[in-house]
Amino acid sequence: MADEKLRDAVAAGVLAAEAGHRDLLQSIVEVARAIFAARASSIFLLDKQADELVFEAVAGEGAASLIGQRLPSSTGIAGWVLVTGQPLVLDDLENDPRFARDVAESTGYVPKSLMAVPLLHDEEVLGVLQVLDRPQRERFSLQEMELLGLFANQAAIALDLLGRARRARAVVDDESPLGVVARLAATLDALPVERRDPALALLGALERVLNP
Amino acid sequence: MAEPAEEEYEEELPAWSLPTAGLDAIRMPPTWPDRVDREWAWGGSTGKGAVVAVVDSGIERGHSLVGDVEEAVVVTGAAGEEPQIEEDEEGDACGHGTACAGIIRSLAPECRLVSVRVLGSGWTGSGRKLVAGLRWAIDQGVDVINMSLSTTKLDLAAALHELTDAAYFNRTIVVASAHNMPVESFPWRFSSVLSVGSHELDQGDTFFYNPNPPVEFFARGVEVEVAWLGGSSVRSTGNSFATPHMSGHCALIRAKHPELTPFQVKSVLYLTANNVLEEDRG
Repeated sequence: MADEKLRDAVAAGVLAAEAGHRDLLQSIVEVARAIFAARASSIFLLDKQADELVFEAVAGEGAASLIGQRLPSSTGIAGWVLVTGQPLVLDDLENDPRFARDVAESTGYVPKSLMAVPLLHDEEVLGVLQVLDRPQRERFSLQEMELLGLFANQAAIALDLLGRARRARAVVDDESPLGVVARLAATLDALPVERRDPALALLGALERVLNP
Repeated sequence: MAEPAEEEYEEELPAWSLPTAGLDAIRMPPTWPDRVDREWAWGGSTGKGAVVAVVDSGIERGHSLVGDVEEAVVVTGAAGEEPQIEEDEEGDACGHGTACAGIIRSLAPECRLVSVRVLGSGWTGSGRKLVAGLRWAIDQGVDVINMSLSTTKLDLAAALHELTDAAYFNRTIVVASAHNMPVESFPWRFSSVLSVGSHELDQGDTFFYNPNPPVEFFARGVEVEVAWLGGSSVRSTGNSFATPHMSGHCALIRAKHPELTPFQVKSVLYLTANNVLEEDRG
């Protein structure tokens, strides 16, 4: 019991951090949607192990059902943006129903227009940000492309933090070889004080050996 | 990590200086007029005879805006394996390669198009496939390679640099998209490629020389009507659509003046750029 309690406590900081970053990603798609007055906005994260794109955050149309859904990492518009690292803006998507169905796979509905931009952190590509159905007013301008890039930069930083939080969580899990440290901390915490003090003295000695 | 391209392209050591007796061998034919203009550069050219390779997501067969695709290959191979080149029967994994091919075709209706698909088999290993696809296209000795894509992976930069240099000396013009965001990526930053960004005008034959490189030319890249999947067309924006406009012009020039080196083609494009022509007229 005590073991679990402490491990939970150790993990709590990490888990809380992950929840906080999820909120940050959600906030980014909400703001992206608001700024572009768009119908929806979404963020995909690249799952390198599975080589797939995963929906991490969605604002607007299709929101609830899309989180956690997966897409191929190198086909379709999101895949092209991920692999080539270049943004893409497409309008008049409804012209062809076959193509529209293809797009809907990555959006949850058939949009009229789509902006997709890579989320780059240093030389790593972490995912893709999409903004769907901004109002068709005047011509698209390169300034909008720049604004999209600024948003992408913010989202990439958030995704990088999320990735770090997940890796930290894996470290305190039992599955990880380093889990022994969390388990040891839990055991020490549960010991009566007369046994804990000599145990701590022993660990102190170990620390001096490892880190002279 | 891709094999260094150096060995493949190592040639017999040429004379890197010019003895007086060699002057005849490098005599230039008097084909350039006093003032190069668009009529001289590509007037009457349809791109016939020029071969343009599109290194991208593939090209959809039978699209009315693209027409014939002479050859289509795909780079395959699992992660960790050496990439292989195979005949491609799948077409386009995204729509983007078809869009680029359509733009090139609209400018150079009789050029020969070759599709080199480097996308569609996963994100893992995609950078090495890009390098392998580019190497194959250079080996074919095509006139122009359209690369509306780039990589941020530093470990591929050296291989791409060697390849684009090899292309430059082998008379192949590599036309590459500049990044739309302030990001370090390759190969567009190399001086041996012709790098392209977007202008906002809606004329496909309007392009500008940029006196402040690394981006060398600006071509139409905003709200371009392009070919897309399923025989459709969409309006699209991005430097990746400006690039095939420059590739199309390169094909036109090469078809009319096959003797021109990449350096000379760049010079012709500089002399015929809208801002340079207009400045000249005063």
